[in-house]
Amino acid sequence: MNLRIIRPGLLTTVQDRGRYGLQHLGVVSCGPMDPVALELANALVGNRKGEAAIEMTVLGPEIEFERDVLISICGAHFDATLAGQALPLNRPVFIEKKSILKTGRALVGSRAYLAVAGGIATTPVLGSRSTYLPAGFGGLEGRQLRAGDSLPLIENVSSVSFQRYKNLAGKKNTADLRTVSWSAPALTLPEREPIVIHAIEGRHYSHFDAAAQRGFFEATWKVSPDSNRMGYRLAGPTLARAEAFEILSEPACLGTVQVPANGLPIALMADHQTTGGYPKIAEIAAADVPRLGQLAPGGAVQFARCTLEQARELRRALRQRVDAGLRSLSWDYRG
Amino acid sequence: MYAEFGDTLDLELNRSLQALAVAIRVRAVPWIRDVVPALCGIALHFDPFHPELPETVLEHCRALLEECFKSASKFEDSGRTVEVPVCYDPFFALDMEEVAAATKLSAQNIRKLHTSAKHWVLMVGFSPGQPYIGGLDPKLSVPRRATPRTRMPKGAVAIANAQTAVYPYETPGGWSIIGRTPLTVFDPSRDPPSLFAPGDRVRFVAISKSEFEKLL
Repeated sequence: MNLRIIRPGLLTTVQDRGRYGLQHLGVVSCGPMDPVALELANALVGNRKGEAAIEMTVLGPEIEFERDVLISICGAHFDATLAGQALPLNRPVFIEKKSILKTGRALVGSRAYLAVAGGIATTPVLGSRSTYLPAGFGGLEGRQLRAGDSLPLIENVSSVSFQRYKNLAGKKNTADLRTVSWSAPALTLPEREPIVIHAIEGRHYSHFDAAAQRGFFEATWKVSPDSNRMGYRLAGPTLARAEAFEILSEPACLGTVQVPANGLPIALMADHQTTGGYPKIAEIAAADVPRLGQLAPGGAVQFARCTLEQARELRRALRQRVDAGLRSLSWDYRG
Repeated sequence: MYAEFGDTLDLELNRSLQALAVAIRVRAVPWIRDVVPALCGIALHFDPFHPELPETVLEHCRALLEECFKSASKFEDSGRTVEVPVCYDPFFALDMEEVAAATKLSAQNIRKLHTSAKHWVLMVGFSPGQPYIGGLDPKLSVPRRATPRTRMPKGAVAIANAQTAVYPYETPGGWSIIGRTPLTVFDPSRDPPSLFAPGDRVRFVAISKSEFEKLL
């Protein structure tokens, strides 16, 4: 009932909805860098929202399935093949045991989610299966996947997969591939760079000098190579403070943009520290965090100033697009 | 959403924030994922896509804070005192000489002042289980080191300004190390996973190097 990693790719981890309720003990939620793509991937194989899946980054893994399974890959556009044949993305695909899935480079975006019917069945830690790399727990032994790793699937994955596949509408079977003629929309892929990310002014915005205040929203920022799931280090103009000042450590948030003494901002992502002592120049709109999560190192981003109300509108619009996408899936997994 | 109630460290304020956090958590508001009491404020992390998230989140949070402030019992001591064995031996106390020079105190006096003071956990954060502990004797107040260490040893007991920190993991840190504890600060398989929780009283107890090794 396992899934075997032949080649791990660049950074492949188990992630579910995230680990909540423990930030007051310094434990951040982790979870997917692109929660929209995870939600679609799970929906395609009939899983509940937030079920554990495999997050692949920039260069994907090679995986052998030891049983018949229903899978889907959503998010970044990865070059993927199954037994030498192109594997369609954003669709449920029923694959036979002993099949080998090869994923190559991400052609558009940087992260995709491989969901399997029933989810990845590693043991939850503190209520979640998400891998927490900075402290080394959750997922598989708290680390990124390696060659030779074996990930548990649910006991009856084959019968569950077959049942769900049977209930799909619009099946399109060829000799080698069992899938459908429809697909889920890609909602978070960058269209062209620089991508535009909305942000409101942060708590300490007024402490920065006029050039920094202007520069933050005018510059084109590059995601530095030393960026990771904790934070995106952004290269661009140096953001200076109007006068030297120290703040007491205080809570930080997904999407907080903080500026250390060197003047180069860091956008806090899924594995961010729970508290920090650097001034916050901006807070990224929640609706735009998944799109930022799709930007690879070297990618370009611009920040567009928005108000709290606009951020709320963006959130509502994204939710509507995701819901519409979910409604368009032609299956009935309840049967 | 972050509500700040002051911008300086105030023990009374901090303790009422702990009570406030408990009162909010008890309400189990479905769209609030995390309630984080901090040094002088409180953060409410909400699920931006929760179906029950109200239109006006900020107003809701403000009302919730006000209601809970009224209902929050004055900070009642949980009765929890965490005893932390610390070996202040020079082998572990990597910055003791610098702290001694800056404070004009002997290592022995530093140890005495650190173990005799009443400490409280003001906040847990940065990495899992890492406490920010208040109550440091003002005579021991030293600024952060000019150049932070890239790796603090696991269990390092370090001071800066008016606080003590205990490092659960090997992470970067700019505080001055005056000792080390053999205790495991955070263990996800333990219940509770964190040795420290906000609001706990803390007592540091000096141990020898051989006691340290026995406890490890």
